[in-house]
Amino acid sequence: MKINRIASVLILAFMLAAIMLSTSACGENNSDENTLYVYNWGEYISDGSDGTLNVNQEFEKWYEKTYGKKITVNYSTYSSNEDMYAKLSSGAVSYDVVIPSDYMIERMIKEDMLAELNFKNIPNAQYIDPKFTGEGAYYDPDGKFSVPYTYGMVGVIYNTKDVPSTEASIGSWELMWNENYKGNILQFNNSRDAFGTAQYYLGLDVNDNNAESWQKAYEKLLEQKPIVQGYVMDEIFNKMSSGSAAVASYYAGDFLTMYGDNEDLAFYYPKEGTNIFVDAMCIPKCTRNQELAELYINFMLSEEIAVANAEYICYASPNTLVVENEGYLESMAEVHPNAIDILYNQAESVPTQYYKNLSSEQLERLNSLWDDLKIESSIGTAVYVIAGVIIAVLVAAIAVGAVKKSKNKKMWEETEN
Amino acid sequence: MNGNAKVRKKVLAASSKSTIERSWLARIAAYPHIIWSLLFIVVPLMFVAYFAFTDMNGGFTLENIKNLSNYGETFVLSLFFSLIATVICIIIGYPLAYFLARQSPKRQKILVLLLMLPMWISLLIRTYSLMALLDNGGIISTFLVSLGFEKLSFIGTGGAVILGMVYDYLPYMVLPIYTTISKIDNRYLEAASDLGCNSLQTIKNVVFPLSVPGIISGITMVFVPSISTFYISQKLGGGSFDLIGDTIERQFQNKMTYHTGAAISLVMMILIIISIAIMNKFSDGDGGDIIV
Amino acid sequence: MFKMNKTKNVISGAYIFIVMLLLYAPILVLVIFSFNESGNLGNFSGFSLKWYSELFKDATAFTALKNTLILAVESSALATVIGTFAALGIYRMQNKLVKSLVTTATNVPMMNPDIVTGVSMMLFFVAVAGIFNFPNALGQGTMLIAHTTFNLPYVILSVLPRFKQMDKSLTEAALDLGCTPSKAFFKVELPFIVPGIVSGAMLGFTLSLDDFVISHFVSSPDFQTLPLYIYNQTAHNVKFSMYALCSIIIAVILLLMLAINFIGARSDAKRTFGKNIKAEKRNLAKH
Repeated sequence: MKINRIASVLILAFMLAAIMLSTSACGENNSDENTLYVYNWGEYISDGSDGTLNVNQEFEKWYEKTYGKKITVNYSTYSSNEDMYAKLSSGAVSYDVVIPSDYMIERMIKEDMLAELNFKNIPNAQYIDPKFTGEGAYYDPDGKFSVPYTYGMVGVIYNTKDVPSTEASIGSWELMWNENYKGNILQFNNSRDAFGTAQYYLGLDVNDNNAESWQKAYEKLLEQKPIVQGYVMDEIFNKMSSGSAAVASYYAGDFLTMYGDNEDLAFYYPKEGTNIFVDAMCIPKCTRNQELAELYINFMLSEEIAVANAEYICYASPNTLVVENEGYLESMAEVHPNAIDILYNQAESVPTQYYKNLSSEQLERLNSLWDDLKIESSIGTAVYVIAGVIIAVLVAAIAVGAVKKSKNKKMWEETEN
Repeated sequence: MNGNAKVRKKVLAASSKSTIERSWLARIAAYPHIIWSLLFIVVPLMFVAYFAFTDMNGGFTLENIKNLSNYGETFVLSLFFSLIATVICIIIGYPLAYFLARQSPKRQKILVLLLMLPMWISLLIRTYSLMALLDNGGIISTFLVSLGFEKLSFIGTGGAVILGMVYDYLPYMVLPIYTTISKIDNRYLEAASDLGCNSLQTIKNVVFPLSVPGIISGITMVFVPSISTFYISQKLGGGSFDLIGDTIERQFQNKMTYHTGAAISLVMMILIIISIAIMNKFSDGDGGDIIV
Repeated sequence: MFKMNKTKNVISGAYIFIVMLLLYAPILVLVIFSFNESGNLGNFSGFSLKWYSELFKDATAFTALKNTLILAVESSALATVIGTFAALGIYRMQNKLVKSLVTTATNVPMMNPDIVTGVSMMLFFVAVAGIFNFPNALGQGTMLIAHTTFNLPYVILSVLPRFKQMDKSLTEAALDLGCTPSKAFFKVELPFIVPGIVSGAMLGFTLSLDDFVISHFVSSPDFQTLPLYIYNQTAHNVKFSMYALCSIIIAVILLLMLAINFIGARSDAKRTFGKNIKAEKRNLAKH
């Protein structure tokens, strides 16, 4: 009888929750017809600041002009592939357009998270350099799921004010491990890129399935931890521009942006080899407006927009319309005299390797190694001792207080009696 | 009062009580809340427990709890940082509260307002502004360099994390202490000085013991958010110091590690609730103490 | 309180001044540099309102502001309704065990670290979304539920004492005069507890405006509130328009507090803003 009642209350409660959730989801559904949810890297689109073109706004305008219907672009950002994957894979959010990197696209295809594109709606895909289609799209060999957005390589950025040009470790990953710059080094705050730096430095295969090789990279990162100022992603812009850190590894395109703010910065691709990546636009399976998403992708590939984006984010573009655009070449030369060279021509100067999707076993290992690296704090016994002393003092104080109190109480009771 | 009247009053009270307490409104009034808290407080906590004791496939396991030993250092480090921050808050905050309480009422009003203003400003803004000030390329550093000093390297150290905690939570320590001190009856203090106490002795024998409840509540208010913070350690510790909050937050960035994250959360919650319960129990047994 | 001699006065004044200065220095720097012409924290190159005009062009910030306000109004209103009736129910509850169970459950979100509350709700929402197949569960709806949940105890905490202060004979008189209990509630009791309801609603509103940790776990990136927006900004290339935003927020809070404290608003509103919320936590926990 009683159990029945409890059970019925619980069931009622669950139904209530379901109704509330569904109404909220439906409520959003109604507006979803007219809303395009875009999920992109931070600092990865021309957003209208400093007089640049606001691409999302342009798309809204263009759509209204062409189809006579108002839509809104709901644009949000993530700071690493893993962040984006975490949100999408929780199954509780949905997007129409995402722009992950190669290895993540491979993983999402494998896990059946991406929708096949209808290229009829994306005619501008023809302008993609053939280097990045077919064989070139190693992460999506059939070219069904993605359209390249940018590509680039990882390199080392340093501040010439802090790092003398005589420094021998310039040109190598060694600079990131140089004790002279203790407390002034920034490392990636995502597992794949951070392990990549150590693996390239040690000459290991970044796509290795061998536990020992990952362990070696882990140890190298552990060795670096005491001299690292922080594990950061896009916080790096402010830190390098303001001179808060001296050495960092990051993406080449972002170096050009930072250089715009601080001309003391310099950049190189480490001679031991480095990562080359492609970021491509995809549509997740959970999209509710695929056609609109495809129109958006197509719009991103059109000349004016693609040039605006490439000029804003400074990454290399796989779009032939961009690379052949004279205005683009000129404006890049204004950013940095060697900009085009850094982005497009130096790739052959060092060995490069793509990240591939790892086996799930290997992913789990990477996760736990990354976790170990983050929690490693090499705290000394002093920490234990001090923490112990403080706790002991607190406990003693509480105990003394309690004893005193009960004594007082007794005393009062006695006097009352 | 004679016995008869007592009984009559009781009966009367009971009868009027029972009508109003058994009215349909009184009986159902709490139901929406009961259902709400069952659904959105109790059930979610049960989910934490469920995730803590299951694996990816939903089978029962103690692995997650066993794996917590990996995070022993994290727990100790968080405990260490938050304890130090709490102690510093007491050391700075107690005199401040005491001095505040001795200002003229008009001044007190303004000063308390000033103390409260930061509490209403988002923690994110305060932490970030502290970082902007202390950053290695920030204002203090630039100033020192222009004076010819070495460049400051402060962000990414343990000291920065502790400073952040003290800076963010100091008002939470000062206010409850101030409240208890300002409520102390003046006559106690006069009595103390009449009995020959100097001001230090008065503080020791009268003010301090009477302000203990304020200190205890200050401790919980500084300690609990400090030990579970992740923004402070991210910004000021540069991500090199992993506190419990950071660890939990990172586990929930990845579906594969939800279970570990749930286990850590569960243990942290239990530890904190136990310690608050102990503190409340022993420090001031005046309330009902039904709850932690 | 009581008098002190002069030297002690100077020492205490200086101490208060120094601590206050340290407390305000970072905030002041933030405000000052929001007027800096160059986007550089190292040196102040000249006064400019450039970052403010940049901020006003930022549609995302406005959406976040709108979301924050909507959410705060909705969640505090919902919490006020549920919480007021809950206070009535708890006050009238006769079964001691049930009463203590209910109050304990209510207090859990106040005693628990925010991160645990956030995590527990996220796990719950994700699981419900998985079971009932709502691909878009996280967002405004879940935020509303979460904010209402952590507002509830504060509403109850504000209303319950008013019930306890109320003269019981008033209700009894109403009953004797032929009111039904529910009529007595609406006619007699409700007007008396209104100040408690108002202060509970205001408390809930401000808490909801300020919450970051719980929202961080139960939101989706496409529904941002101001704290989430600021968090996101500080994770990227921080533009000085963020400083401008923070300065505006600080100014609004300052004005609100001044208005409430000096222009003599209702005493309950005053109490709400002057309240040390977390100290209240403990008081409630002990009831």
